[in-house]
Amino acid sequence: MTKQQFSLVYKTTVLLIAIAAAALLGAMVLWAIGAPVLKTFLVIFLEPLKSFYITTEVLIRLIPLVLIALGIAVAFRSGILNIGAEGQMLMGILGATIVATQMPGLPRFAIIPLSMIAGVIFGGAYGFIPGFLKAKLGVSELLSTVMLNYIAAQTYILCLRGPLIDPAELVTGSGTPQSIRFPRQAWLTRMVPGTRLHTGIIIALVLAVVIYFFLWRTSWGYKMRAAGAEAKAARYGGINVSAWLIIAMVISGAFAGLAGAVEVLGLHRRAIEGISMGYGFTGIVVALFGGLHPAGIVPSAFLFGLILVGGDMTQRMVGVPVNMVQVLQGIIILTIVSVKMVINNPYIMERAERRFNKSEHKKSEEAQA
Amino acid sequence: MERSEGRIHSLRVEGITKRFPGVLACDDISMAIGEHEILALVGENGAGKTTLMNILMGLYQPDEGSILINNEPVHFKSPRDAFEAGIGMVHQRYMLIPNLTVVENIALGMKEAHKKGVMKLGEVRRKMQEVSDNYGLHVDPEAYVWQLSVGEQQRVELVKTLCYGARFLILDEPTSALTPQETDELLVLLKNMSKQLSIIFISHKLQEVKTLSHKVSVLRHGRMTFSGDTEKYTPAELASFMTGTKVELPVNERIDMKGEAVLELKNLKARSDRGFFALDDLNLTVRAGEIVGLAGVSGNGQKELAEVINGIRRLEGGEIRFFGENIANLTPGKVIEKGMGYIPEDRNTEGIVPSFSIRENIILKDNTTGKYSKKRFLKLGTIAEVSDRLKEQFDIRCPNTTTAAGSLSGGNIQKVILAREIDRSPRFLVAVYPTRGLDMGAAEFIHQQLLELRNKGIGILLVSEELEEIMNLSDRIGIIYKGKIMDVLDGNTAEIKTLGLLMAGVKND
Repeated sequence: MTKQQFSLVYKTTVLLIAIAAAALLGAMVLWAIGAPVLKTFLVIFLEPLKSFYITTEVLIRLIPLVLIALGIAVAFRSGILNIGAEGQMLMGILGATIVATQMPGLPRFAIIPLSMIAGVIFGGAYGFIPGFLKAKLGVSELLSTVMLNYIAAQTYILCLRGPLIDPAELVTGSGTPQSIRFPRQAWLTRMVPGTRLHTGIIIALVLAVVIYFFLWRTSWGYKMRAAGAEAKAARYGGINVSAWLIIAMVISGAFAGLAGAVEVLGLHRRAIEGISMGYGFTGIVVALFGGLHPAGIVPSAFLFGLILVGGDMTQRMVGVPVNMVQVLQGIIILTIVSVKMVINNPYIMERAERRFNKSEHKKSEEAQA
Repeated sequence: MERSEGRIHSLRVEGITKRFPGVLACDDISMAIGEHEILALVGENGAGKTTLMNILMGLYQPDEGSILINNEPVHFKSPRDAFEAGIGMVHQRYMLIPNLTVVENIALGMKEAHKKGVMKLGEVRRKMQEVSDNYGLHVDPEAYVWQLSVGEQQRVELVKTLCYGARFLILDEPTSALTPQETDELLVLLKNMSKQLSIIFISHKLQEVKTLSHKVSVLRHGRMTFSGDTEKYTPAELASFMTGTKVELPVNERIDMKGEAVLELKNLKARSDRGFFALDDLNLTVRAGEIVGLAGVSGNGQKELAEVINGIRRLEGGEIRFFGENIANLTPGKVIEKGMGYIPEDRNTEGIVPSFSIRENIILKDNTTGKYSKKRFLKLGTIAEVSDRLKEQFDIRCPNTTTAAGSLSGGNIQKVILAREIDRSPRFLVAVYPTRGLDMGAAEFIHQQLLELRNKGIGILLVSEELEEIMNLSDRIGIIYKGKIMDVLDGNTAEIKTLGLLMAGVKND
């Protein structure tokens, strides 16, 4: 067996073992709560893909996940851990909502880009704060981004209850915190009739390509990656590490902000409570799971979109609560991330290969005897 | 394993083989060291010396072969097992935690210092004192490791190993960071210590091997190519065993280039990381086409000087005239634009981005200039071409130029840095410890490159602790001591003895 062949067989085997292990752990959890094990798995992973409509629902969830994960990848590659995408996304929604609701007279070609730009600016500005604090004062970005998430969540609700609230809510007295419905020309086009799939998916996929080119083909991206990979060497090489750190956070925030704008313009068409659905956090997992690379982020976002939709369906079809599906999700992530470490460790593979060759050798000797 | 206080009468390794992915690091190596013996292990970088010693220390498990102490086979599953058997090692890359103090670092490996979760630092301090007094190794127990110079850190490593009760010492290039006087002292010390313990001593410097060791073993490409009594062979013979060919380090012909002053350092003042003045009114001038060697014990301001010139550290007083223009406190990027070349002391994390490929490291300083990019888009084709050319020209040994630079050996990392700096055609070069820890072959190559640059009329400031390097290459030699230049001597007439005294701060008028 040649080295390449062995490597392929080895990696496949490890992956299969990992999937089996994840399935087993998940089965134990499901069994413990008395749910039908096999059926639950089938519902999560296959049921959504059986119908075209539900597949488009998976793609709808992919859109914000890809956008947020791209921004996260830029930040992480530049050496700053952005945990604040959730808050930046809310700010983006707020920005887009302000433009879309306060300038209802604008024509379509102006209102959509302007709303999106507002989302980008709001998100980017919200990313600038922790970036600046880190670069100039050495404040840990973990601390500042998490705290800013709280502030964003409250600010968002405050705006929806106050200045942005739909006057109809006040009239009827129900007081649901939500904005008025956006004017029709601010809605993103639904691409397939009868589904909710909107043009945001094109934006997400195009930007995935753009981010690839930005990070690996331009000197800006090069500088950011150098600053993230080894700040000392980057500084030696004349790169202004702290400036690029701030820029990376602004880009990261801008992507989260855009994700919010696209989500609100394409799907909900008004700002509502609970709109972010934790995308800001799932986006981090999507980014890491996708190896902080656009080519990995897109499939990774699809997988997580699938689990999100599948989780909803299990609740309805087999009575497994959606919280349990999140537990399953956690187990799958942990297993696959651990396995990735094993697969990528050449030492472990080399040892396995030697042991394998030894036993092969022994077998052939026995056969000869 | 119980701590055995017994003496180590003999240590043998038999048929040790160790494979790494794609490399056979040790190939069937056998050797033996008796009590009170000093064995010198010599060989080029990548010959397998460090791997072999890491196996002895329990850091790696051998794939084949065995280790015997007093003729009993032993298995070291971790460094702790090796410590407990009485083997202690001082590594080439120091295994210290920068954010802890010296005494905390030493306490780390002492079980008795943190029994039941209580740190008994007093006990460790007392033990340190004992070892320090016994061997004359003085270090400040309360200093943070990151504040110490490389030379001081090595002393901490030695004290640490002895505190752990090592009865068999392995020293991986212990003299590479010491002054001649310190080296001499260390050699005397080791000779005395061998009355109580056995020592394996890894070195490139054959003169030291000759003075110190009883037996010598030579490794080449993972195989033991020679083994014998030291006194029967001359250093030149040993060198040829090591490389397979004769190596002679190039020497500066010292043909006067009569260049004008290009780098004038006037009354420089700058603080070290610890806050004191590491540069204290320093004055020095380098002309075009000359190499000024800066000799001194590490920690006397060399690092700070190089950083101040390159804009990495803040200058608090004085001026740096570069081709007549004051470049003090410009950003590193601006200094690079002025044509400054810089080979930094820390080649592994400052000179390169370790996770980046060789190609990506070649463009570290020119990713925005027209050389490697057009309208901010990287010219990947050009970058690949130039990198492949530099790989040939500078004999960088790697599978290809997309290999991660951090995975290369020290000598090849240094060649990547040198290739980048020289290919940028700098107007001046600051080279800090350019050959530290490199084998003769790599050192020879780097010396040749520096001399070629000098003969093209480029000024070079060469910071080094190795007097042989300084004497061979320098047109003039400045001696730095406590942030000041003690004296500047002519390269033709300087004597090692005078240099050594000046480096120790003694000036004869």
